[in-house]
Amino acid sequence: MGVSIFGLAWRSLMNRKVSALLTVIAIALSVALFLGVEKARNAAKSGFDNTISGTDLIVGAPSGQINLLLYSVFRLGNATAEISWQAYEELDARSDVDWTVPISLGDSHRGYRVLGTTDAYFEHYRYGQKQPLAFSAGDPFNDLFDAVIGADVADKLGYEIGTPLVLTHGLGAGGLNDHDNRPFRVVGVLRPTGTPVDQTIHISLEGITAIHVGWESGARNPLANAITEEMIRGFDLTPKTVTAVFVGLQNRASVLRTRRDINTIMSEPLMAIIPGQALAELWQVMGTAERVLLAVSAFVIAVGLVSILTSILTSLNERRREMSILRATGARPGHIFALLILEAAVLGFVGAIVGAVMIQIIFTIAAPVLSSQYGIALIGTGPSLVDLYTIVAVTFAALFLGIWPAITALRRSLADGLTVKV
Amino acid sequence: MSALVVDIADLDFAWPGEPPLLGIPRFQLDAGERLFLRGASGSGKSTLLGLIAGVLEAQSGKIDVLGHDMMQLAGGGRDKVRADHLGVIFQLFNLVPYLSVVQNVILPCRFSRRRQSEVNAAGGADREARRLLAQLGLDDPSLLSRNVTDLSVGQQQRVAAARALIGNPSLIIADEPTSALDADSRDRFISLLSNEVQKTGAALLFVSHDGGLAKLFDRALDLSEINQSGRLAGAA
Repeated sequence: MGVSIFGLAWRSLMNRKVSALLTVIAIALSVALFLGVEKARNAAKSGFDNTISGTDLIVGAPSGQINLLLYSVFRLGNATAEISWQAYEELDARSDVDWTVPISLGDSHRGYRVLGTTDAYFEHYRYGQKQPLAFSAGDPFNDLFDAVIGADVADKLGYEIGTPLVLTHGLGAGGLNDHDNRPFRVVGVLRPTGTPVDQTIHISLEGITAIHVGWESGARNPLANAITEEMIRGFDLTPKTVTAVFVGLQNRASVLRTRRDINTIMSEPLMAIIPGQALAELWQVMGTAERVLLAVSAFVIAVGLVSILTSILTSLNERRREMSILRATGARPGHIFALLILEAAVLGFVGAIVGAVMIQIIFTIAAPVLSSQYGIALIGTGPSLVDLYTIVAVTFAALFLGIWPAITALRRSLADGLTVKV
Repeated sequence: MSALVVDIADLDFAWPGEPPLLGIPRFQLDAGERLFLRGASGSGKSTLLGLIAGVLEAQSGKIDVLGHDMMQLAGGGRDKVRADHLGVIFQLFNLVPYLSVVQNVILPCRFSRRRQSEVNAAGGADREARRLLAQLGLDDPSLLSRNVTDLSVGQQQRVAAARALIGNPSLIIADEPTSALDADSRDRFISLLSNEVQKTGAALLFVSHDGGLAKLFDRALDLSEINQSGRLAGAA
């Protein structure tokens, strides 16, 4: 069978297996890095955007919109101020408000945040594509000292229904600040969501109030231990303050007007944010780092491409004979040119394919580990158009770079004539 | 087509920055003629072949190959003449290392439609390549499946001859093809090549420094007889 120019290029590369293989590996690694960063970036973005959905407004004490988002949704940082229960009730009573979920933060259990809330939380909180929270075991809290734990908490701490747990005042390690006189009991475990909910322990707002009886000063009152559970159950446990409120509106179209009302005409100063908008602003802040990373990995591809040049240019000397044989058997300069740019393109193409497959395998292996160990759900890391574009772009860039060795070989073969003066 | 395969008149050639190498007032090769051209190394033999094959360009004069005016043709035109009508055999390392024996032989068909249709008419490139190899004494199937770099020099040269001959070219150019062979293989190679050339009616331009081979050809010439520049350079 005759051999096409492409066949010649392929066989020529196979004849220099080690050099070709090393070049392909360089390209594959750089493409895998680039696609890895790109996919991780997308996964982070979609995971991020999916943290909260279905909530029209988040209301808290006036601070910054990113700050409010961070502590209310991501459980990061602390609220600088709380809002009063009266303000919450005023909010809940508004005619344009459909539902409200008050939350109260500030305590922890072995590093996991404790969130005080109401039954409405399990009914209205949505994540991802408006998915509701689901229980893998048990039910929402019913009693004052019931707790519902996220999937990660259950997993990491090995807790199940009935496990007792002692909450800690503040966010530090347990010990002196333990609310050890008021132990809680796990009554429900949530299914994994890939959001901070997985790392949260949910108790009732009244529960929050109850464990802080005797802690009004911020530390344990020596008399606190004298107050029995029965006494506490007799108290009015309506909270004095909450940290933030998730709000669902009757009509989403009124969100801007409602937000303006909350920001301006309430009896105490409040701040309402639109989650999507705040997420976008927060992403912009983080996005810079991520774009820098992407740019760096694009440069790594450029380095990989240069290795194609090196590999072909260094081979040219020992291939002068081959070029003059091809010329003698009738190859036109165009054939020599095509041979060399095809070799470069084949290296780029094969390297890019290998890299794309490699990163797919890595993500396939890593996804279950990441999701079970770190609760990071890799969304949208499957094969995509970006892979295709990257493969095409790398192939054409290689082809383009191949012009250099091609012209060098061409000049030489024209000057050499039929015999190579070695 | 002219009866002359090669017709050279008043040819001048110098490598850039060097004194004139070739100054040939007249050189002709008839169709079907087997010509032995003797020349010392460095006398410009290979350069002359490069000019005839159209991979080099002369400064002035006339080079007609099979009626094509190589001085007037552009690079692409000369390439086409070479691809269609010429077969070339070098002294050494004739074969593309990453192609099989048969792939090496049919390489010229890839670059010339004329040769492709010639071999198609003869029953296909593969069959024609195997026929030529067999004619040249290479019909052992185990030999054909071997890596070309594992063949002996004599075998490599015969593969190169088969490649030069495929597709019925009108002119075979051989540049010291036997200088790396021992006396026995050398004579055998020349007689096999001569026979094949005679069968196809191609002309053969055989260049060597070894004047003792002259008797095996129709006609013998010394490059120094036809090259005035060479004589001048030699005298100086």
